[in-house]
Amino acid sequence: MSSSPQTLFQKIWDSHVVAEEPGAPTVLYIDLHLVHEVTSPQAFSVLKERGLKVRRPERTVATMDHSIPTKGGYEAADELGRIQLRLLEANANANNVRIYGLNSVQRGIVHVIGPEQGFTQPGMTIVCGDSHTSTHGAFGSLGFGIGTSEVGHVLATQCLLQRKPKTCEVHIDGALRAGVTAKDIILAVLAQIGVGGGTGHVFEYTGAAIRALDMEGRMTVCNMSIEGGARAGMVAPDDKTFNFVNGREFAPKGAAWDQAVARWRRLPTDAGAAFDKTVTLDASTLEPMVTFGTNPGQGVAITQPLPLPSSLADANERAGLEKSLAYMKFEAGKPILGQPVDVVFLGSCTNSRIGDLRAAAGLLKGRKVAKHVRMMVVPGSQSVKQAAEAEGLDKVFKEAGADWREAGCSMCIAMNGDQLSPGQLAVSTSNRNFEGRQGKGGRTVLASPLTAVASAVAGRIADPRVLMNQS
Amino acid sequence: MSAPKFTTLTARCVVLPVIDIDTDQIIPARFLKVTDKLGLGEKLFCDWRYLDSGAPNPAFILNQPEAKGVEILVAGHNFGCGSSREHAPWALVGWGFQAVISTMFADIFKGNSVKNGLIPVVISPDAHAALVALRAKNPDLEITIDLPSQTVSWPGQTPLMFPIDPFSRTCLLEGVDELGYLQKFQPQAEAYEAAHA
Repeated sequence: MSSSPQTLFQKIWDSHVVAEEPGAPTVLYIDLHLVHEVTSPQAFSVLKERGLKVRRPERTVATMDHSIPTKGGYEAADELGRIQLRLLEANANANNVRIYGLNSVQRGIVHVIGPEQGFTQPGMTIVCGDSHTSTHGAFGSLGFGIGTSEVGHVLATQCLLQRKPKTCEVHIDGALRAGVTAKDIILAVLAQIGVGGGTGHVFEYTGAAIRALDMEGRMTVCNMSIEGGARAGMVAPDDKTFNFVNGREFAPKGAAWDQAVARWRRLPTDAGAAFDKTVTLDASTLEPMVTFGTNPGQGVAITQPLPLPSSLADANERAGLEKSLAYMKFEAGKPILGQPVDVVFLGSCTNSRIGDLRAAAGLLKGRKVAKHVRMMVVPGSQSVKQAAEAEGLDKVFKEAGADWREAGCSMCIAMNGDQLSPGQLAVSTSNRNFEGRQGKGGRTVLASPLTAVASAVAGRIADPRVLMNQS
Repeated sequence: MSAPKFTTLTARCVVLPVIDIDTDQIIPARFLKVTDKLGLGEKLFCDWRYLDSGAPNPAFILNQPEAKGVEILVAGHNFGCGSSREHAPWALVGWGFQAVISTMFADIFKGNSVKNGLIPVVISPDAHAALVALRAKNPDLEITIDLPSQTVSWPGQTPLMFPIDPFSRTCLLEGVDELGYLQKFQPQAEAYEAAHA
């Protein structure tokens, strides 16, 4: 065993090396492979062509999330969507892979149900044909998105060819002020480093502000690591992590649990371990954040004016900012507060868990969504939906005038019919504000669930702290 | 299914100088309901390439006469950021591109590209600016990408080395099938599983 101090990432990487040949990438073992309907069909086709089966069905979990309607079941999907959903079922069944199908009461967004069912555990390598697999790093695992060719590789061999990425510590000290959340932390990180700042790196989030977050908040932060270009984002596991995992269906039980926790306690980065790069942020100075442009790195504190292209020295960056502002129909130098809103979307693998819904409902209770605003609330899983309904949160949303839906990715990726019309402005708790991401011609402002609710009530982009102070 | 091969390419290019082009622009999510790889080239850059009427947008570079027959895309910094969809390189290859030149690529896109025979060529910001300026004066400019020597060049430019993973390079030069390569390690994988059971 090496005596030099190691990072959390290094420990997980080293313990998953199957083989290394000179000049070739590492053959890395994959503990958990999550599969959904959109990025798997062509991978299963490759297996079929070669007469291969899924090598470790027990390490493979399938769910339907991207293409599924949030109302009306299969019949509400378009023809291609129905074909894709049926094909996932057929592929899973032919390979004895566990599938959370449309009628499953536990179905949901792949990055919500992984942790919820206890599949996601500290120290694991976790992949999925989905870039937001970084979410699972909140548990002290190494989770990252892969392409469809690699989905085929993992289905067939349970291994992946990978070059070791560099590490970047994202150190966030200080305590969050009221009305400022995990989502605001990650939007602030992205505003600082830009959408390419983490390329080639794995993030480890450290510091008092990260330790203070609950598991859902840590998932929100890790989820958007990829928006900074980092394929994975991690948080060292602690008692909060273990308490979250304990008792879930696929978590270790009895003596195996005790052994697992003992192993997991050795995972955190050792004192003195070196990172290739460090980024720091003071959480105590943060305000609610919103994006104003067409990538998640174009964010600003909600009270601040939008940046001026003339403030950028690089001509390409200047052109990029001008293009973003033109698409968003926002004016440089002007405040974003008060911009009229058409749609509010509360959902996605970033912010659709029970804590997100509780926070949103807490602020919305006894209030109404502005008349001209359409608010959609889409729980991250059917389990989240049931929990919310048991607490009466659905009633709060419905009484306020919001639409309460079945679980799925929904308007985050707009593949299932839930989408913006051209020109509409949405405040969305999702993760991407790319041009047309929520529907062709749609304009997206990313924000926390609190900011989303405040904006729904005001009918304009609004600071949640104002509404909170009126309670 | 045969593995893609690439040795050398001399071809004309088009320039799309926008920075941070994400995979949602390369291929919008509404086209990801396919269960094969066919037809995605027609949807490449769909929302920039077509007007709301469905007619080609004459202002977009791929709709201009000079784009006919080009095989290289010169794009802005951080090309391919965002989602992991391999549909992005499928769409680029489907259109007819064999290489993209930029100053940086997103990690997942880069990995997906080489697996489909699409070469991500990284050059310095200065070289990129010089290439864009030269191409503006000469639409017939031909670029040569030579994988054995790992270089890119164009008239007046001595060959520039570009980084590419040596394993990916070998796979592309020799047509190595990565899944076939990985399958050779199944005994080691079984030993790993036995040791970690």
